Amino acid sequence: MMHFFQRLGNTTLASFAKLGRSSFFLTHVLSAIPATIIHPRLLINQLYSVGVLSFLIITISGLFVGMVLGLQGFYILSDFGAEETLGIMVAASLVRELGPVVAALLFAGRAGSALTAEIGLMKATEQLSGMEMMAIDPIKRIMAPRFLAGFISMPLLTALFSSIGVMGGHIVGVGILGVDDGSYWSQMQAGLDFQDDIINGVIKSIVFGFAISWISLFEGYDAIPTSEGVSRATTRTVVNSAFTILGLDFILTALMFGDI
Amino acid sequence: MATNVDLDTEIVSIQNLSFSRGDKKIFNDISLSIPRGKITAIMGPSGTGKTTLLKLIGGQLYPDKGSIKVDKKNVHQLKRSELYTLRKRMGMLFQSGALLTDLNVFENVALPLKEHTALSDSMIRSLVITKLQAVGLRGARNLKPNELSGGMARRIALARAIALDPMMVMYDEPFTGQDPISLGVLVKLIKDLNSALGLTSVIVSHDIDETLRIADYIYVLSGGKIVGHGSPEQIKNSDSKWVQQFMNGHADGPVHFHYPANDYHEDLFETQQ
Ligand SMILES: Nc1ncnc2c1ncn2[C@@H]1O[C@H](COP(=O)(O)OP(=O)(O)OP(=O)(O)O)[C@@H](O)[C@H]1O
Ligand SMILES: [Mg+2]
Repeated sequence: MMHFFQRLGNTTLASFAKLGRSSFFLTHVLSAIPATIIHPRLLINQLYSVGVLSFLIITISGLFVGMVLGLQGFYILSDFGAEETLGIMVAASLVRELGPVVAALLFAGRAGSALTAEIGLMKATEQLSGMEMMAIDPIKRIMAPRFLAGFISMPLLTALFSSIGVMGGHIVGVGILGVDDGSYWSQMQAGLDFQDDIINGVIKSIVFGFAISWISLFEGYDAIPTSEGVSRATTRTVVNSAFTILGLDFILTALMFGDI
Repeated sequence: MATNVDLDTEIVSIQNLSFSRGDKKIFNDISLSIPRGKITAIMGPSGTGKTTLLKLIGGQLYPDKGSIKVDKKNVHQLKRSELYTLRKRMGMLFQSGALLTDLNVFENVALPLKEHTALSDSMIRSLVITKLQAVGLRGARNLKPNELSGGMARRIALARAIALDPMMVMYDEPFTGQDPISLGVLVKLIKDLNSALGLTSVIVSHDIDETLRIADYIYVLSGGKIVGHGSPEQIKNSDSKWVQQFMNGHADGPVHFHYPANDYHEDLFETQQ
């Protein structure tokens, strides 16, 4: 029993220590952001490897999620003879929830894990120490551009995901199941609110992008510098990002749409 | 500890340094001083903390007790920006090379120049080519670090460490993995840098012959203490048992070849139970 409490205490202390280290890390990264914006060469490289290389997975997933929404939505709505409203149903689900959340989960799996592995290996092979000894701040040169790239890419990828999803719903709903093309779009136009839906979705994706970049960079930076340590850190990035995204999504949704 | 180096000419001064990793005491109250413009060697058995000492000098690790001064500045009391200014004048060759894997050889050597100087691209290019020529790898400039052998990587890292013409370079095992020809060239290079540019060199090495040949002063570390120090002549003729054991490579003596462990026979016996 004593043993259990001891372990619990140790774990709690360790997680607070880690939280402290990660906050310190974050402030350091944020303070290095202006320099990254002034010299955007490194940022552009990272926008490519963090953002552009996630295009394919985001596009394909967006298409399928939209097609499934079109299909499921049609069967439910047609029971009520309301299949004309398929457009707004698909678009609202995507823009409010599925777009930001699914795109963020995919992004954490695709780009976040890659960032952690990259940084962890740099640590394990003493590249980060080597930079420090050359008086080059790894936070400035390595972390800040990657952080900013994640932060910028996430809303754009989310927008891509949602737009492709709307197309996917259109292909199935209008193309295959015969919903009227005009009402698919006009219902969507009439039903979606810019402030409530679009802006809130964008805010979500920005928050998720911030969280994923922070988690994945810090896990790499904090990894035990061995192959096993790096592999564990990569797993932690994906798991912790998923929890964080879903938890934050609930909080944000409650704040934005709920009357809690 | 008494050293025969006078204070004005010392570049690194370590006073009463203690450092532990977990429960293991790596350094127990050591003091040493590294003279400016000379080649100082740090020797000692594997795992005594030679790399750790270099990292302490570079300000990457914090001592538990004691102080380390480089060029009269206490490394561990400097602000981050001051420490970075100091590090620009300290080159370090890592045991593993520590080249950046996303840059090729040329870009690796050019990196400190690009980051810390306002030189034109063509100036940087000729400086990099000169340094690569000095380590014999000018032809390898377009290779990526993963296409280099261990010895080549270390020579590139050496070129990078001297790129900014620092006042002091710390070499962690520069001779490991070098064939006799490269070894000869490296020894000569380190010696030339030292005599032509007045560069201070700190060499960590197990290579007794090479080290005795180029060092001006030698410290022998073992078990968290300095067990001997002096000129190569003094070290060769030292009557310290520790130093003699290390220099002659005997397995028996005050230095243990084995990492601390319980009795060997007991250990073997236990597995059979
Ligand atoms: N990150 C670390 N965490 C815990 N202990 C460490 C760590 N790095 C090194 N040590 C311990 O510190 C001691 C000194 O290590 P160090 O790398 O300085 O040895 P060294 O003298 O450079 O050896 P070698 O000649 O083999 O390179 C070793 O006993 C090692 O077990
Ligand atoms: Mg070492």
